Amino acid sequence: MSNPEEETPLIHIVNVTKTYDMGAEKVHALRGAGLDIRKNEYVAIMGPSGSGKSTLMNIIGCLDTPTSGLYNFGGSNVGEMNDNELAAIRNKQIGFVFQTFNLLARSTALHNVELPLIYAGIPAADRRERAEQALANVGLADRMTHKPNELSGGQRQRVAIARALVNTPSIILADEPTGNLDSKTGEEIMQLFSELHRQGNTLILVTHEEDIAAHAHRIVRLFDGEIASDVRVDNPKVYARTS
Amino acid sequence: MFRLHELREGLRIAFTAIISNKMRSVLTTLGIVIGIVVVTLMATVIEGLGTALDNSIKSLGADVYYISKWDWFSDEWWKSRNRKEISLAEARQMQEKFTLAEAVVPVVQAWQKTMKYRNKSVKGNVIGTEEAYLITSGVVPEQGRFFNDLEGSSGRPVCVIGHDVANTLFENEDPIGKTIKINGYSYRVIGVFEKEGSFLGSAMFSKDSQSFIPLPNFYRVFGNERSIDIHVKMGPDVDKEDAKAEMIGLFRQIRRVPPADEDDFGVNTQDFLKKIFESVVGTIGVIGFLITSLSLLVGGVGIMNIMFVSVKERTKEIGTRKALGAKRRTILIQFLIEAAALCLIGGIIGIGLSYPLSLIIDTVLPSSMPLWVVGVSLSISITVGLVSGIVPAYTAARMNPVDALRYE
Repeated sequence: MSNPEEETPLIHIVNVTKTYDMGAEKVHALRGAGLDIRKNEYVAIMGPSGSGKSTLMNIIGCLDTPTSGLYNFGGSNVGEMNDNELAAIRNKQIGFVFQTFNLLARSTALHNVELPLIYAGIPAADRRERAEQALANVGLADRMTHKPNELSGGQRQRVAIARALVNTPSIILADEPTGNLDSKTGEEIMQLFSELHRQGNTLILVTHEEDIAAHAHRIVRLFDGEIASDVRVDNPKVYARTS
Repeated sequence: MFRLHELREGLRIAFTAIISNKMRSVLTTLGIVIGIVVVTLMATVIEGLGTALDNSIKSLGADVYYISKWDWFSDEWWKSRNRKEISLAEARQMQEKFTLAEAVVPVVQAWQKTMKYRNKSVKGNVIGTEEAYLITSGVVPEQGRFFNDLEGSSGRPVCVIGHDVANTLFENEDPIGKTIKINGYSYRVIGVFEKEGSFLGSAMFSKDSQSFIPLPNFYRVFGNERSIDIHVKMGPDVDKEDAKAEMIGLFRQIRRVPPADEDDFGVNTQDFLKKIFESVVGTIGVIGFLITSLSLLVGGVGIMNIMFVSVKERTKEIGTRKALGAKRRTILIQFLIEAAALCLIGGIIGIGLSYPLSLIIDTVLPSSMPLWVVGVSLSISITVGLVSGIVPAYTAARMNPVDALRYE
């Protein structure tokens, strides 16, 4: 693909550090990480617990800001943004998929998917149509009025994915998306991700499972708050069975 | 900028949250409920007192003066004791000379006399007066009519009775045309006054237990040594203060009061009833205000507490909403709405409880719950909700999304 947009990275991280002040001692979660992610990449971020991958994910997701270093998202410096600007970026540019799904328990699937559109100020009729479309795209057209406790784990995660996609974000940020699913359902979710990637979405996957990371086209490994390796995957796993 | 859809989402969240915690929500609002019950009942009582006052002073018109030996509302009542009686002759002179008045009527009263019809009897005041009493009192009989000038001056044995007298003596009969005995003398009933009710338990100014007979008849039955009251209704176009001064001057002249002396008669108006009313309302108001403020304060603290619990319980939800793009303001509004909605429910329950209670009050003191009180109560409830919700809502709004998402 010779897309001119590929020349400018969507995510441009240079020498980012993050230090948590835990009273007496300082915890260095990131010690100068650098990373570029272009449009339509499918990246897995890996690392053992304490490696800083959650911190990196929070920073990429604009849930947190770096202590030092540069983070440009789509050309804007995230470090200089105020709370409202960060909220707007999260709303419009980033679709989150969480390990624990994080659906509103008392709301229907449809309302859960509508939520980012509500925060974006989309009118009700338009909102409903887009939310229904998003649910249909993940194969849940017949589950729209169900509440999370009436859905299986895989279906819940599909609702969450529909919610992440509904605002047509620049990146989809999935944090251990299969961590709470059995391997078969997990595989179905990974297939859905591969499909989304083929449709042109940019995916960032945070995981500690090699098997899951194998679906990505690029694997970034963190260790002790630094990028330990960053490799392309030549034959990403597609439609494969879990071993 | 405030957005309508944020408000709608806030309302939706608030009601789902409240409904899923029904028992907790209702218990939390108890303080608000009590506060609203007190405030509505207080308003109902004050309203009822006002109505009672209006009914009582219906016969005491705003521009009517009562010249009497006694001052109705005076700290120095003993001064009146040695005053000279007001005679019918003095009243007649006033009638003749005081031209600023629309009506000048002599009224004389005998206390607690027996009225009888067959085997039933009742005690009440008997009043001797004449036709113009209708003008000064401003009321007309509900049934029948008042006696006319001819009947009055010729001393025909006719009477007009108060509502309670009619009810007691004539349970299932039409009183008009029947003959009753007043202090042993026979009178034909020609009219019945409508019910006036009493004010603060006093029927002193109510016609309900009284009967009215022509002046000559009164003198025949009760003698002529009683002091007369003169009811003066001012003409429609006169300046009230000037007319009052002139009236006093004229009556001093008639009574031959030396210029340096104080008036040897009282000039009364309905104002004194208003003074009593105001002091009673003032007391009720102060007590009611204290109880209301106290229970709203307790209620507000309860709401604040439950809102802190609610915020804590939903930390992860707050994190999720922030990750999906909710701004601080959105979260703030969400929890403020929840607190206001909780209090609003308390207010509605309070009004719901007050309504049957106001019906009970109505049996003692004719009154109804004024509609404006509903509006005021609901506004108070919402205000308490917003005030007590602000700190918990602010806590929720400034939560760090990373920490909130990690919270289990």
